Amino acid sequence: MNTDRLPYLLIAPSVAFLALLFLWPLAETVLVAFVTPQGVPTTEYLRKMAGDLNFGVALRNTLILVAIIVPLQVSIALGLAMLLGKLERGRMAHLYAWTLPLGVSDLAAGIVWLAIFTDRGYLNSLLQALGVLDRPTAWLSIHTPIALFACVIVAEIWRATAIVLVILVAGVQLIPKEYTEAAEVFGAGPWTRFVKITLPLLKPSLQSALILRTVLAFEVFAVVYALAGRDLPVLVGEAYNWQVQYQNTHVASAYALFILLVSIGSTLVYLRVLRVRRETLA
Amino acid sequence: MNFRPLTVARAAALAVLAAHAALAVAQTTVVSTQLRPIEEAEKMRNVILKGAPDAVNFVPEDPNTYLTRMKAELGAAQGKVHVTIALDGELGPVNQLGGLQDLDDMVTRLGASRSFSAAALSLGKLGGDKQRFIPLMTNTFQMAANKQALRHLPAGADINALTFAQLKAWAKAMKDATGEAKLGFPAGPRGLMHRFFQGSLYPSYTGGVVRSYANADAAAMWADFKDLWQYVNPRSTAYGFMEEPLKTGEVWVAFDHTARLLPALTDKPNDFVTFPAPAAAKGRGFMPVIVGISVPKNSPDRAAAERVIDHLTKPGTQAAILREVGFFPVVKADLGQLSPGVQLAADGMNKVFAARDGVASLLPAGLGAKNGEFNKVFIDTFQRIVLRNEDIKAVLAEQGKVLDQLMKDANAPCWAPDAGSGSAPCPVAQ
Repeated sequence: MNTDRLPYLLIAPSVAFLALLFLWPLAETVLVAFVTPQGVPTTEYLRKMAGDLNFGVALRNTLILVAIIVPLQVSIALGLAMLLGKLERGRMAHLYAWTLPLGVSDLAAGIVWLAIFTDRGYLNSLLQALGVLDRPTAWLSIHTPIALFACVIVAEIWRATAIVLVILVAGVQLIPKEYTEAAEVFGAGPWTRFVKITLPLLKPSLQSALILRTVLAFEVFAVVYALAGRDLPVLVGEAYNWQVQYQNTHVASAYALFILLVSIGSTLVYLRVLRVRRETLA
Repeated sequence: MNFRPLTVARAAALAVLAAHAALAVAQTTVVSTQLRPIEEAEKMRNVILKGAPDAVNFVPEDPNTYLTRMKAELGAAQGKVHVTIALDGELGPVNQLGGLQDLDDMVTRLGASRSFSAAALSLGKLGGDKQRFIPLMTNTFQMAANKQALRHLPAGADINALTFAQLKAWAKAMKDATGEAKLGFPAGPRGLMHRFFQGSLYPSYTGGVVRSYANADAAAMWADFKDLWQYVNPRSTAYGFMEEPLKTGEVWVAFDHTARLLPALTDKPNDFVTFPAPAAAKGRGFMPVIVGISVPKNSPDRAAAERVIDHLTKPGTQAAILREVGFFPVVKADLGQLSPGVQLAADGMNKVFAARDGVASLLPAGLGAKNGEFNKVFIDTFQRIVLRNEDIKAVLAEQGKVLDQLMKDANAPCWAPDAGSGSAPCPVAQ
């Protein structure tokens, strides 16, 4: 076989896969969002999306969630990854336990946390049993937006920190021991070693983890849907509502494209800010 | 690498053949937007359709894709669907496309052995002069209350003839006594809150839904409802099916579709009472839901279709439908001994239909693909006025324009309780 063509042949299936299941639907989505059923180009659907009463709120809520959840998750995952490195025994058992939520579907995770936070849920029962509360208090209500946000954030952190953890654990394992040992010889303390050696060498993994997690955070939906219902509109939730409840695929497609643009934008920012020089990659 | 495309093609062809064979064995195909939850569909297959003369293939279809499917059916060279079951509002758009057969002769033949409700039969003409569907079953929205709530009922109030003012006093009394808001509405994303506005609140206060959407009565109504909302459980904006918070005791009094209250009633029949939604100045709004059964234009075998329809509208089958899935008969039927929960639902429903001051508000008709956005107008109005505290007059003026444009785009004439508009789109009075 001609060796020049081999690489192209090998990636052909994934190119075909992407073209069929990503590029084609994307092109269709663009058409649906910008062309009327009569075939006339229009920005009507875009204006309908931007003019909708929930658009601004959904955008704001999504940005707040991303801004809080992603840094928290990365810090927690970083801490856990360091902790795992120090564990003498039961490393794998811990890793498995911490990554368990990865196997739970978004909506199921939302329902689990709903059972905890709802008025007659486990949290209120516990607080009542401890005598902290004398009657159930509403955590998930439009009147307590901060508690509502906090509940969603806790649920999201439980559900999706593991994916960051897995990437960072792999990254930490790639860092050669020699650097740390050399630093120790020169008397560097644990904090200095972490800041001067681990963090810079972890940058490529951090970059992938951040990109992946942020893109997924912009798509936050099922957990919010289960916990907050209509009280905490988010972008993907609105896209879903337009498609399923208001039955307007055009506006739903406009939302989908908007979310895509925001995700691409944030990815570009990460690529620029966390640039990795070629020599560190080696 | 060898893909062996021929083998793949052969496998695909076999799969298609197998699918066709499966369809060919299952005799009569019924496509239904109703009874879609798996328990209900199983009851339909294993109990209700069991005694039908032919084997029946019961296929639940999502309401969102129903019209698309019926369009495809109409355009196909060979139809596959013998019979279709859907809400009157869902059959209307199919009929507009010319997708339903005339059933007048069938009604005459069936009428010889059973007596249909005349009102339901006339809805089956879908505004024309030919019978386009035969009523199959009916339902409505009602309220349920935990018996613990009854002692807080305001003095002199008759629970079966409540007014909205009394409901507010009741909700306030419950909140004062328990510290919790015990009145609940299905205002979550999966809930049917829009039907409360269209079927109860608007007709009760304004006597209409579309024409009176933004008038002075409507403005007063929203002010009143906003005032009521302070005694409503704030979790309402996340509730889908009211049976859940009713069962846990999170709320004591709730409005919802009978089918969405039924699990609580059958679970704890001794804990609940059922009653009609409240009345206001223009009467007691209620929304009768009619499910019809019809024969698509392209139906492969009309005789087989008639045999299924005959079976489903027999008094015995109608009683079985009520027992098994909680929809009510449209023909005179001896219902025998009902389970206590179903009896509760039936009592509530009879009270709704029998109310002297009742104002029937039909499901939106003629909106086609705009149905979802029609409901959105009411939900958005609710969100802006009640949840976001916006100015009532300004919101009604703005959303009224959206509604007016929507009616024009859909070219939908008025339906009851709004006064007719001939064939012109239903106008929103400014």
